[in-house]
Amino acid sequence: MELTSPTYFAKVKVQTVQDYILFCVHAVANLFRKPFYFTDMLRQADAIGVGSLPIVVLTGFFTGAVLALQASNTLERFGSLSLVGQLVSASMVRELGPVLTSLMVAGRNSSGMASELGSMMVTEQIDAMRALGTDPMKKLVTPRVVATVFMLFFLAIVSDLVGLAGGGLVAKVLLHLDSRQYWSNAWQTLIFQDVFMGLIKPVLFGFIIATIGCFYGMNARGGTQGVGRATTQAMVASSVLILVLDFFVTRFLMAVLSYR
Amino acid sequence: MVVFEDVALGFAENEVLRGVSFRLARGETKALFGVAGSGKSLILKLVMGLIRPDAGRILVLGHDISQMREEDLFKLRGKIGMVFQESALFDSLTVRENVAYRLMEEHGIYDEEIDRRVREALRFVELERTLDLDPAELSGGMRRRVAIARAVITQPELLLYDSPTGGLDPVTSNTIIELIVKQRDVNKTSALLVTHRLQDAFTMATHQFDTQTNRMLVLPPGQHCAVPMSFLILRDGKVIFDGDLSALTQSQDEYIREYIS
Repeated sequence: MELTSPTYFAKVKVQTVQDYILFCVHAVANLFRKPFYFTDMLRQADAIGVGSLPIVVLTGFFTGAVLALQASNTLERFGSLSLVGQLVSASMVRELGPVLTSLMVAGRNSSGMASELGSMMVTEQIDAMRALGTDPMKKLVTPRVVATVFMLFFLAIVSDLVGLAGGGLVAKVLLHLDSRQYWSNAWQTLIFQDVFMGLIKPVLFGFIIATIGCFYGMNARGGTQGVGRATTQAMVASSVLILVLDFFVTRFLMAVLSYR
Repeated sequence: MVVFEDVALGFAENEVLRGVSFRLARGETKALFGVAGSGKSLILKLVMGLIRPDAGRILVLGHDISQMREEDLFKLRGKIGMVFQESALFDSLTVRENVAYRLMEEHGIYDEEIDRRVREALRFVELERTLDLDPAELSGGMRRRVAIARAVITQPELLLYDSPTGGLDPVTSNTIIELIVKQRDVNKTSALLVTHRLQDAFTMATHQFDTQTNRMLVLPPGQHCAVPMSFLILRDGKVIFDGDLSALTQSQDEYIREYIS
């Protein structure tokens, strides 16, 4: 195995971060430059949004259900079983809904984008596109970024709702709680800050998923092996970045929104 | 048409092109030779502005593209057609959509007009019946022919062929060369052709397309084709030969003699 010098390694990493930032700037700047590829945006929104719906619904539902189940164990000790609704609601809307949805979509779409664009890169289709007078950043990257940001916002809302429904089902069937009490608790505990935090996160995570997937795809080199590498890197990088960013965004919003 | 002035290009510590200079006149076809990794395909990508040189100047259709912005290059590329090494057809589009790609991107062209021009381009490469097929359903030779149709649909002033016969059997290769000769003689398009197969370039230099019989015919001995045809050989990142067929066959350079033998 060839050893790499630490200086070279650091330089490569810094260069990659710099390239990624420029890539993001370019992708966003294209929103204000003609031509706009609305059809491609719609096609991507369908593939990302509608295509991810089944896994998002399943993940959200069972996350809410298991949350209710786990919470019941602790709450029962304090005689507060009726607070299950509050706990499920706050956890799903603030945290689990956006984060789990984003991780699911990252697994499905960030890697998908990297492999699709990576394959196009190594088979010279991206070069062909440029040769035919089309900017691949405008045609391939910007529509994916817009579609992911837009659809993840709604997918997170769907995930929150089905998560609450999952928790509600467990509360009624297994914990024998009154449904109306569960939903009333779940609803009343939510404040503006919770909802705002729950809705801003998917927008940021959607941007991470699409830009990371496209970035690794557009930089894929070295045939099918390179495409495989880009796919794995995109999946890992986007998942890790989502979790890291989640901490900082939560901390920032808690400070800014004067959270209780 | 195309002028290279002392162009250099390298990757990491590997200097691929070291001061390459040549000139392609209007209407001329130039075949580029060299061993694998000598930078032949890079020259085509430099002409297209897909990569930028480290040093030197490149003039294409009167424009210095060495420092040109990408947005301006898109306009210039509209006058150039390129056939990529592995065809580079878009997998997600049908043959019709691939060939029509540039016209569809231009906007403002009616569907009927696009359809007419796509059929015309596919008729040129004798693949009119593949209109609704996906690229995956085509053979290697058919993919190259579709790539040629895609490149010629806008009647570009300059055509770049990157190993158009690479990996094909001799019969299919001959069909592709016949199409290139047809484009050269019928539409008088200037071209740069990268190839590993010397016989392809020799065939082009010794044959002419006959529109009466719709076939490529061999020229009588001593007679050259009406369109100027030249050869350029690269070695160690430099041009070691740039001239016509007779100069090539009469060259005393040991490397060239060995190369063409």
